[in-house]
Amino acid sequence: MAKDEIKTPFKLVGTRVPRPDGLDKVTGRARYGADFSAPGMLFGAVVRSPHAHARIRKIDASKALALAGVKAVVTRADFPTGLEGEKWNLQDNAMAGDVAFYDGHAVAAVAATSALLAKDAAKLIEVDYEILPHVTDVDEAMKPDAPVIRAGAADYSVPEGMPPNVVRYLDFGHGDLEAGFAAADLVRERTYKTEATHQGYIEPHACVGQLGADGKGEMWVTTQGQWYVRWMCAAVLGLDAAQLRVTPSEIGGGFGGKTTVFMEPLSLALSRKAGGKPVKIVMDRSEVLRATGPTASASMDVKLGMTKDGTITAARAEFRMQGGAYTGLSPVGEALQCAFAPYKLPAVSHIGYEVLANRPKAAAYRAPGSPMGAFAAESLIDEMCRELGLDPIEVRLKNAVTEGDKSSYGPTFKSIGLKEVLAATQAHPNYAVPLGPNQGRGVATGFWFNYNGDTSVSMAIAEDGTAQVAVGTPDIGGSRASLGLMVAETLGIPYEHVRVNVVETGALGVNEPSHGSRATFASGKAAVLATQEAIGEMCRRAAAEWGIDPEAVEWVDGAAQPSGPNAGKFPPMPIAEIAGNMSATGGPICGHWQGLPEGVGASFGTHVVDVEVDPETGKTTVLRYLVVQDAGRAIHPSYVEGQYQGGAAQGIGWALNEEYVYGTDGRLQNPIFLDYRIPVASDLPMIDTVIVEVPNPGHPFGVRGVGETGIAPPLPAIANAIAAATGARLRHLPMTPPKVLAAIRAGADG
Amino acid sequence: MVEVNLWSGLRRFTGDLAAVTVEAGTTGEMLDALVAAFPGLGPAIAAGVSVAVDGEIVNGRHIPITRGAEIYLLQRLKGG
Repeated sequence: MAKDEIKTPFKLVGTRVPRPDGLDKVTGRARYGADFSAPGMLFGAVVRSPHAHARIRKIDASKALALAGVKAVVTRADFPTGLEGEKWNLQDNAMAGDVAFYDGHAVAAVAATSALLAKDAAKLIEVDYEILPHVTDVDEAMKPDAPVIRAGAADYSVPEGMPPNVVRYLDFGHGDLEAGFAAADLVRERTYKTEATHQGYIEPHACVGQLGADGKGEMWVTTQGQWYVRWMCAAVLGLDAAQLRVTPSEIGGGFGGKTTVFMEPLSLALSRKAGGKPVKIVMDRSEVLRATGPTASASMDVKLGMTKDGTITAARAEFRMQGGAYTGLSPVGEALQCAFAPYKLPAVSHIGYEVLANRPKAAAYRAPGSPMGAFAAESLIDEMCRELGLDPIEVRLKNAVTEGDKSSYGPTFKSIGLKEVLAATQAHPNYAVPLGPNQGRGVATGFWFNYNGDTSVSMAIAEDGTAQVAVGTPDIGGSRASLGLMVAETLGIPYEHVRVNVVETGALGVNEPSHGSRATFASGKAAVLATQEAIGEMCRRAAAEWGIDPEAVEWVDGAAQPSGPNAGKFPPMPIAEIAGNMSATGGPICGHWQGLPEGVGASFGTHVVDVEVDPETGKTTVLRYLVVQDAGRAIHPSYVEGQYQGGAAQGIGWALNEEYVYGTDGRLQNPIFLDYRIPVASDLPMIDTVIVEVPNPGHPFGVRGVGETGIAPPLPAIANAIAAATGARLRHLPMTPPKVLAAIRAGADG
Repeated sequence: MVEVNLWSGLRRFTGDLAAVTVEAGTTGEMLDALVAAFPGLGPAIAAGVSVAVDGEIVNGRHIPITRGAEIYLLQRLKGG
């Protein structure tokens, strides 16, 4: 059933109200990271290693410092020592110490009175490198004779005897694998590879940092998480976190890549060294691609057993992923946990290796790991369906998990909507469109856990009965609208009477970023609970006015009223009247909630894509695309559809075009959008969406979170469609025209 | 007493036990009890784990655990 046909008891939740940031964005008034300026501001530029792996023998900044207008140069010598773990990772990635670990690694930074002067000065900073052997490919990095990137970096999980670049080892599963494969009529094992891709947010990283000698500072920055920026900068620079006030700008995309810091600590370090003057740093696209955090590249083996009727009897996955030169950044664990999550499996084994390589420090990217896992698992399921002559949706329905089933990664599922998603997919007209020559249809399913995280929200009633909400999760996908709808629905006032403000770190308790598909779930739940607190206070004010027990007052349609005939006969007291009298009845009326909102609901989605492959060029054209996903509850359906479409668009790029290409010298060969090709509008059809609503009982309105699941299915769905169109099975992304053409020419098993 | 299911990679620290039983009323007490009973689990828990209680991945040490609850230790999750 289409979302607009679903009846709910709500007046506002589920409606398509105007976006609160719309006018600012279409008129250019919205202020992004690079739009902030301050009096006396300097401009920073970063010197970056041109080598994939090199010892830094000496840095000579004397020529740069001799330039008029150059105010400060910082190197690692300007940062505190003795950091460990992730704090050291962040510091070393922000500014290299003795060794540059990848092409683009920062080695020095300079602040000057203009951006042009800063760039000129950066060119005058002389760095003497001793080039070291490098490795960028994950499988090469696991070989015994591979260059060792950081000896001793492995954690507790790595058994003795593993290759030195393996820093984390995972092993989990359940059931009798041998018996499972023995029970199968068909067993297949394949190897898949995905290349590193970037989130591709249009807005580059940008910040203005100001830090005085007294350790007090401010930062204005584009980020998904201002508190993360605060603690990370404080850790890297040895500051007291509460002395640093971080204000988020409007954000031009993040997708996980803006949940960490890169050059932000450098702006603060430069500012401190330049006498406390604010320092702006804006990355160019080349810096974004070379020196921020793409996702990992992966090499994956999958083995599946299936009976003739499509029952999956056993599954085994062994994934190898590199996340750069630092530990803990490869999403190999999440990839394994997501790969088989849609299916009820009697026996499953997962093995994972996190591997160091001379690449940028990986960052989160929309459902980290899930797309890679889905590519491997869903490609093989499709291949086996075709071999057995089975319908891919019927097979998925036969094996689909439902509430009460044990997940592939262990815990038992609570309320989930996978079967409803698959049924809606099967019933959609796209699944029945006849296909022509060289055309093929692919199906794939994806999963994401969704997440809660530290959350603090405050709201207040204004003097006229309108409401303001202070949240700590930057609006990366429509959360201001969805939170405004939920607060207005709860208060019983018009949506236009609520303003949701994303606030700076001084205004609320710690909030985790807008990540893990959590903003509408977690900040939304917190906002509703905070609003209920304010409603309780307004009921008490009305009760005092009427001289009745507060328990005898209820809140209905934006007004306090006696809860029944025995409570007394008083006309409803509207919110505007209560608010107008607040100074005389006890002062401000506010609500607040802080904590870790429980009740996260997982989400599944299934995609159907039709492609046409040009047999002469290998070019794949996406003809039509369908996303079906369980939202739990779509608070603002247009934003939910936007998330579905955005996830599909990014996944299509990952599947067909995008990859980090490294030369034999270990340098990134395509650090601009001309060569690193993300999909543009003309590459894509209108992406059809179906919102399935299986409400999450853990949220007041049933929200699950919709931001991430949608990027997992496109990779295998398109590979499956290409296989259907051409007979050639591609197992190494991206599926560029040359690769597709070579696979067609090589025969059915390209 | 609550039963805690471990991922396979942790079993080498628990004498190859896939599930262990500890006395605990909250997630924090459960993690502390695990380390007390099996000190080899200390680095894994210190590195950060996710805990699933009755099918829901929870955060924090304050989450109540009732007798008979389904408990899983999972690799720490990240989101984008």
